Amino acid sequence: MSNTISNSHPSDKKTIDCEEALKRLFDYIDHELHGHRHEEMADHLSKCRSCYSRLEFEKRLQLHLKGATEQKAPEELQNKIKMLFRKL
Amino acid sequence: MSEVQELKQWFEREVTAVLNDLYGTALRLAKNPADAEDLVGDAVARAFGNLHTLNDRKAFRGWIFRILSNCFITECRKRRTRAETLINTDQEDGADGEFWLFDKLHQPFLLWWGNPEQEFLNNLLRDDLIKAVDGLPENFRIVLVLAEVEGFSYQEIADMLEVPVGTVRSRLSRARSLLQKALWQHASDRGINIEPTNELNRRDTL
Repeated sequence: MSNTISNSHPSDKKTIDCEEALKRLFDYIDHELHGHRHEEMADHLSKCRSCYSRLEFEKRLQLHLKGATEQKAPEELQNKIKMLFRKL
Repeated sequence: MSEVQELKQWFEREVTAVLNDLYGTALRLAKNPADAEDLVGDAVARAFGNLHTLNDRKAFRGWIFRILSNCFITECRKRRTRAETLINTDQEDGADGEFWLFDKLHQPFLLWWGNPEQEFLNNLLRDDLIKAVDGLPENFRIVLVLAEVEGFSYQEIADMLEVPVGTVRSRLSRARSLLQKALWQHASDRGINIEPTNELNRRDTL
């Protein structure tokens, strides 16, 4: 998503190290990095096995969290909401 | 069909489409099913009462989650006497340092495991995750759930909670760090991880 948003000039792009990549990691995962900052991160991840492994781990952990917190609204709540709709 | 009837039907459809997500979020915020149901009921009633404030129908999901968050925050303020209160700024600064599971799993003594991250995730229980989320202070929990579970952007969360984007980012980072620390602790309690000292001791004894 974010890699489609880029107004940066190619010369803005620089090489980043692992320390900087770690700072940007969650912004990258959350699609909050744009332009040359996103490109620099993607470039680093394509070359650094350690940071790429970290990225994959954080993404998988996020999926686990999402799966664990998924809930179906109980029937009682569904009925309560239907009652509410009738009163509207 | 009258305009009012059409509006009601549209509202019903939209609420029904997000009801599971609203309940899932409410459950992690309130931490028990009865309060979560009340929270959702309250949010839906308030949403209909304030439907005139929704300028863009496409923004319904963010808008109703904002109402849900506000209902939760209002409820928290009413219950200020509870042991858990809204966090102070010291905690937001992350005074006691960051904790990342990846770093723990990549300590040199663990490198002879095939894939420590996979091993850890394979052994992660749903209950561990729920306990870890529920153990977070409210201000961190709400940001974590809205970002990681519901996928809202930092700006959307900032708008919902009426705080700067930088605050969302710092709270989220702190929430993730605390969550991972709790997961490590839960895993350690169940004997999944081998603490460095234990492992070195074991090797020493071989």
